[in-house]
Amino acid sequence: MSREEEIRAELFEHTLNGHAPEVKALTEEALALHMDPMDILFKALIPSLEEVGRRFEKGDFFVPEMLIAARAMQGALVILRPLIAETGAKPVGRYVIGTVKGDIHDIGKNLCVIMLEGAGFEVFDLGVNTPPEKFVDAVKTHEPDIVGFSAFLTTTMPMFKANIEALQKAGLRDKVHVAVGGAPVTEEYAKHVGADSYAPDASMATRMAKHLVGDRSGQSQGAQALEQAVMKIDETLRKG
Amino acid sequence: MHTVLSSRSREVVVSIDRPFVIIGERINPTGRKVLAAEMKEGRMDRVRADAIAQVGAGAHMLDINAGVPMADEPALLVAAIKAVCEVTDAPVCIDSSVVEALEAGLSAYQGKALVNSVTAEEERMERILPLVKKHGAAVIGMANDETGISMVPEERLALARRIIERAADYGIPQHDVIIDPIAMTVAADPQAGQITLATMRLIRDELGNNTTCGASNVSFGLPDRPTVNAAFLPVAMYAGLTCAITNPLIPEVRRGVLASDLLLGHDEYAMKWIKAHRAEQAEMSAKAGPTP
Repeated sequence: MSREEEIRAELFEHTLNGHAPEVKALTEEALALHMDPMDILFKALIPSLEEVGRRFEKGDFFVPEMLIAARAMQGALVILRPLIAETGAKPVGRYVIGTVKGDIHDIGKNLCVIMLEGAGFEVFDLGVNTPPEKFVDAVKTHEPDIVGFSAFLTTTMPMFKANIEALQKAGLRDKVHVAVGGAPVTEEYAKHVGADSYAPDASMATRMAKHLVGDRSGQSQGAQALEQAVMKIDETLRKG
Repeated sequence: MHTVLSSRSREVVVSIDRPFVIIGERINPTGRKVLAAEMKEGRMDRVRADAIAQVGAGAHMLDINAGVPMADEPALLVAAIKAVCEVTDAPVCIDSSVVEALEAGLSAYQGKALVNSVTAEEERMERILPLVKKHGAAVIGMANDETGISMVPEERLALARRIIERAADYGIPQHDVIIDPIAMTVAADPQAGQITLATMRLIRDELGNNTTCGASNVSFGLPDRPTVNAAFLPVAMYAGLTCAITNPLIPEVRRGVLASDLLLGHDEYAMKWIKAHRAEQAEMSAKAGPTP
């Protein structure tokens, strides 16, 4: 095994286990060896975070493990992001997200932000208690592929509809995919308010988002590389 | 400071010098698909069964939430309250973020209910506190405002103080405001538990009000939640928590509360502890069947 291959494997392992200092050191070593930042991102870090998501969905991983893994990865992203930007490579997709007006719950939304960034999305987090006009402005400014609304209360869930109507009024509804989620939200409710998709947790939300931009951007380099990474890791898993 | 809650025929007193009050959390459709579907159709059998089971397991009060998406929450909440009152005399905690539902629930309830909840947001206080006053109820005041939840205990204390002052403006006595210092999961922030406990101590020492919290929140996202929940309650009780919305059907939780009452001097001659032990033993031998 070449050192490059070793580094990829170690990055995968250390990210999975949330070892931030090791991930940072390995990223620096990889760059010193002139490894491609995209290679580091798509062949080690993203597959690792995908594995974290998979384990979380299965119930084998718990919230703190997801958080430290993502934190470890973010340490690497801080180094890689400017380098990737220099090459002109585009993010996998753009995502605007926020907790709706009247609602200050943010644990679930923050997990989504972490997982989405981990998956290579450029995420614009509008925080909590976000009024419809702020979502509209952000969609206008950032032109995201997806806008995500989070609500934790039955009282604030109707804001999904208000947000969607505000997008319609601004003539933006057709330009962006609307995803919704939060503890009391159901698939049925998502349909009822006219959202395009619903996800029960952060990991699923991320998988659906990736699937969506994969479909949309077709030949985009990022999406393709991501698909390859996903296929590769699935293959490895099947082999056991 | 005593907060007295009542049903038609039973009174419960929440106070630092009294045994801990368990408010059963189970009657809540959030995350319970079957219960949500049944409540939406107006079927309250499971609500009744949950009420009976929780009171049997040691709940002194019952939280009732009818937050089913796309349903008539005020009507469902009234139906659920009526169903609960048919089968138990435990006072209720009326739980909704919909003001109209709180109003309907309060109107339908006979007794002194606990309203769950108001925050320090001006708009919420303006709408909810007059209802609490009108119905002679007590209210849970959550120590957050429109800007979110502070991670500084002193700031949560300041919000608690604001709610108590505003309640007084509406003629609600201080003892009828139970403060929720806000319990958040330690899975997302390792300091969350410590901040909640520090806030409890501050409220006890600076204000003297009773405190409550959604005690099961602390373990969200973690494995073996019963053990974490059961460990949280005793330390919280020591920090001044006088009642909690929690699940008495979890044996660890129930036993942890009883043992803490005993250790904190709220169980004379350990009579409640011994009685609970005998009841569990009797239940076990009943399950095992007759001895040959």
